[in-house]
Amino acid sequence: MTALGSANRGVRDAGPSGWLAFPALVFFLAFAVVPLIGVVFLSFTSWNGLGEIRLDGLSSWTTVLTDPVTGNALVVTAKIMLFSFIVQAPISLLLGVFTAGGQKYRAALAVLYFLPLLLSSAAVAIAFKALLDPNFGLGPGFNLPILAQDWLGNSDLVLFVVVFVIAWQFVPFHTLIYQGGVRQIPTSLYEAAEIDGAGRFRQFWNITLPQLKYTIITSSTLMVVGSLAYFDLIFVLTGGGPGYSTRLLPLHMYLTGFKANDMGAASALGVILVVIGLGLALILQRLGGKNRNASQLEGA
Amino acid sequence: MWGLTGGNQPVLQKSVDDWNQANPNKSIKLDFFANDAYKTKVRTAVGAGEGPTFIYGWGGGVLKSYVDAGQVDDLSTFIKDNPQVKDRYLPSVLKNGEVNGKTYALPNNNVQPVVLYFNKDVFDKVGVQPPKTWDELMALVPKFKEAGVAPFSLGGQSKWPDLMWLEYLVERIGGPEVFANIAANKPGAWSDPAVKEALTKIQDLADAGGFINGFSSIAADSNADQALMYTGKAAMILQGGWIYQGMKKDAADFVKSGKLGYTTFPTVSGGKGDPADVVGNPSNFWSISAKATDAQKKAALDYVKDGMFTDANTDALISSGAVPVVKGIEDKLAASPDKDFLTFVYGLAKNAPSFTLSWDQALSPAQGDAMLSNLDQIFLKKISPDQFISTMNATIGK
Repeated sequence: MTALGSANRGVRDAGPSGWLAFPALVFFLAFAVVPLIGVVFLSFTSWNGLGEIRLDGLSSWTTVLTDPVTGNALVVTAKIMLFSFIVQAPISLLLGVFTAGGQKYRAALAVLYFLPLLLSSAAVAIAFKALLDPNFGLGPGFNLPILAQDWLGNSDLVLFVVVFVIAWQFVPFHTLIYQGGVRQIPTSLYEAAEIDGAGRFRQFWNITLPQLKYTIITSSTLMVVGSLAYFDLIFVLTGGGPGYSTRLLPLHMYLTGFKANDMGAASALGVILVVIGLGLALILQRLGGKNRNASQLEGA
Repeated sequence: MWGLTGGNQPVLQKSVDDWNQANPNKSIKLDFFANDAYKTKVRTAVGAGEGPTFIYGWGGGVLKSYVDAGQVDDLSTFIKDNPQVKDRYLPSVLKNGEVNGKTYALPNNNVQPVVLYFNKDVFDKVGVQPPKTWDELMALVPKFKEAGVAPFSLGGQSKWPDLMWLEYLVERIGGPEVFANIAANKPGAWSDPAVKEALTKIQDLADAGGFINGFSSIAADSNADQALMYTGKAAMILQGGWIYQGMKKDAADFVKSGKLGYTTFPTVSGGKGDPADVVGNPSNFWSISAKATDAQKKAALDYVKDGMFTDANTDALISSGAVPVVKGIEDKLAASPDKDFLTFVYGLAKNAPSFTLSWDQALSPAQGDAMLSNLDQIFLKKISPDQFISTMNATIGK
């Protein structure tokens, strides 16, 4: 091998040029890092959205941290995150495995499952609000007492209704991720398992699940971190109410900033939100193990 | 210029269209937004220096925050130079556009007191009369429930309809001074016994089943609350004068056949408030943005002077079912097909010893937001009146 050839190989081993990341980096700096610094700065000021921005030390932080509504917002956020995960993860995993099968009817069903993903959150929220209306909704419409609950007005029920609507909207997305993951599993693994006499359940448990490890981590990260960003849907569906029952952290931040016009406190909430989001994403990545770049696919 | 969707939308559109046709060199571009969305949008836009020349508002604490930030022009000189502008308004309404004795906003549409509407059909069926006192009101609750009708409709999800109950009860029990103290940021002003009594009465009414099932998921912005009343699912509703315009359109037969009743809020025995006092919105207002160019300001003031409350504009307001905030319109009101309601509202506004602005507009935005959220909790019985009072006292001065 000539000297030239080995030089070339050296370049290739270093990966593509770092300059390729440049455009993305510029956007990231301009639209993520700079505003983030701005928010951190604003959290040490008091500003009502009009007029002067005054440096105000830690007063926004003490307001936010001593306000019971913030604690409540954290609890609501944690609950929605947890319940969303518990509901969405198994359903999308199973639907993903199911729709990955080659049969025609499964493909047809996959298209149906996919539909909610095409609708905007606001439209989904308005539709469900109308369907769940205690006086003009589904329950009174079909005269079904069981559906005639005050779904969005009962503080004990509303959280689960919100989790349900979120699941309705986002399960298709995660199903799609799992479907892709399942289709990448080499069929030879299943053929070998069949020869060894493994049943369907054994195959799912010993092949599909372990092979989907990284898909599960990806989907879970999106689910958990994504639930920190649920805003539009809940804002339209319940407005955070009744009372504070569905006022989760991002909504609390918005209402503090744009309804109460306390930009300092809203920025402090924003910082908390970013820290929690980054922390969770890091933890979930760690769960993937150190050698996460190694593929588990056959032959790799 | 940004306006609000709803009953006055066509009236404002026509007024601006007429103006633009007559004054092509001073034309005004008009966009409409929904109430809640508008309130957020305009503040953000003004803060960013992107606001409209005409700033639509309600007066009160929100107007004061614009004045404090130097975002709106002082119109005192303008009305001194143009006395005919000042003279056309009802004086009690004009006052709501003043901050520190100077005029920063001029009324632009109709008086909107909060009144108690009722469905006469439902009352006839149950065989009862509209309540004159709080005790009568409470006694009506079981009668309507027995007949399978909700006593009161309420758009609880929007939160501000809840506030009307607190406003009127505090007014009837303690008189207008109670809220005047709160608005003046006197420490501990929420601890007035009238506030506690009013909150307790609200919870009593909620306990008795006075409000329709699921009220906390009913939005007033979609007019669902008034629909429940005119479809007979609820007997009464406490709402602003503006919903008459909505019902005139959405339930024309109901209104035309005289089935819509309306009356003042009941008195409370032992209360200090004058039964003729009203709460609500005296009017909406135009302020002129301090950031607009001189040419824009001039065009805007010309419109305020010559384009607003022209005969055509006043007539359009009246025929939409609204009472314009101008003097000397008794004859016009009496000639209108809605004369009963209009003269009722006009009389309310004109004869009221006190016309208290809706609290969420009178207070600063931070106080208003905390108040609405906590009041929501009162209606749901999640907190006690004492908790409400101590939370609200903590917001004094914010």
